[in-house]
Amino acid sequence: MATFFGEVVVAPSRAGLDEEEEAREETPEDREIRRELEKKREVEVLWSGACAEEPLVCSRFVVAIGRNAAAFLSSFILDSVCWEVIGVVKLWNEWCRTSSTTNVLPTDSFCLFYRLISDPTVLLCQCSCYIAEDQQFQWLEKEGLQVTILSTCPVAEYKTQESTLTLASPFLKALKTKEFQEQVCCPLLEQPNIVRDLPAA
Amino acid sequence: MFVPCHRGGSSAASDFKGFTLLMPAVSVGNVGQLAIDLVISTLDMTKVGYFYTDCLVPMVGNNPYATAEENSTELSINAEVYSLPSKKLVVLQIRSPFIKNKYRPFCETLLSWVKSSRCARVVVLSSSHAYQRDDEQLLGTPLRYLLTPDLEKAVGGLMQELKWKEMEKVAAYPGINDTDKVLHIPGGGITKLLFTESCSKGIQMAVLLKFCSEGDNIPDAFVLINYLNEWLQLVKSEVNTSSQWKIPSSWRLLFGNGLPPALF
Repeated sequence: MATFFGEVVVAPSRAGLDEEEEAREETPEDREIRRELEKKREVEVLWSGACAEEPLVCSRFVVAIGRNAAAFLSSFILDSVCWEVIGVVKLWNEWCRTSSTTNVLPTDSFCLFYRLISDPTVLLCQCSCYIAEDQQFQWLEKEGLQVTILSTCPVAEYKTQESTLTLASPFLKALKTKEFQEQVCCPLLEQPNIVRDLPAA
Repeated sequence: MFVPCHRGGSSAASDFKGFTLLMPAVSVGNVGQLAIDLVISTLDMTKVGYFYTDCLVPMVGNNPYATAEENSTELSINAEVYSLPSKKLVVLQIRSPFIKNKYRPFCETLLSWVKSSRCARVVVLSSSHAYQRDDEQLLGTPLRYLLTPDLEKAVGGLMQELKWKEMEKVAAYPGINDTDKVLHIPGGGITKLLFTESCSKGIQMAVLLKFCSEGDNIPDAFVLINYLNEWLQLVKSEVNTSSQWKIPSSWRLLFGNGLPPALF
């Protein structure tokens, strides 16, 4: 599109279009580079000890995504007496790299799996690193268990008739599947608000 | 890719033999997607399944077409399929952008699903950057259509009667020679790829698009859906051409929240 000064610029689109890349045919070198990049961006889960041998039985799975949710778990739920680390996620993207160590500081980027020692079917995942769009789908999926996902969003992104300045924040909202029959502890998220990225995936 | 909803054991959910598949391209102004929202909302279509795909940015929310408290809590994700058997219509809605390098895998999986579910034809609603029009395109209607050769045989004559304008091809090497012409749909997302793949696979596909720019694209959506309605006659045409379409509740607050009173 032309600006007032007559220069032609590419207009950004809400539709997230990235056409130049898609239109070009791939040379063998391009394909090789893309494959290398894809391999580098693979999400790898490293399980510790006995967990690496057999598949895990899981009845409840809590996932905390983002620094706030991860800090909530660290402050109120996790301790070294009742919970043990059973796995760590190793991944790299342009924004962060997680390591394979389980000794992490709160300011690090990390993604760890914990298990409740008294009931080993209760699992917890604490994810404070940024997961890029193309990596969100590489997470595990299981059936027949209860999954709770904890996440935070900026109040400024909350869509409501009144201004967000007058809202009492922080506040809780929930989304639940049809299969979740228990009582939800807070109101459900109204349209037109949505959840995106890893919590949505 | 397609996962049917379980509604009372209906196994007919995945067989769309003879149906028309209506779908949007994620394109400039999201016009196709807005138009599809109007179709699903107005015809009160039933969700019959969704696409489980890693090609789109994940998102989830509550029912965007909710009309009351009771129907507002059904979860909705980024690629869902709705159907209206009485009009032999099945609609795919896409609600988030494509992930880089995933255009082609998505198109391939989609077209193979079209074949396996036995849809008779596909109609894609799309849009293209208005600022890339040439001098001739700046005049007259901003609406265009495209038909694959297989569909051209069936409905080409109807398009002539409706006096619709076919999307022009552009020179492959502008300024050098004007003889090699190619199809170019800037801002159209997967439109061109879907169309060229359908041509080569013998799929009956029509593309309906509007030239537009980013902004408040609700009027563009109405223009595009009325254009489609001239052909498919989904609703009875009224004199006031926006009143026959029902705006979904999720279109609220598209441009931000209310203002803080303290501002004044």
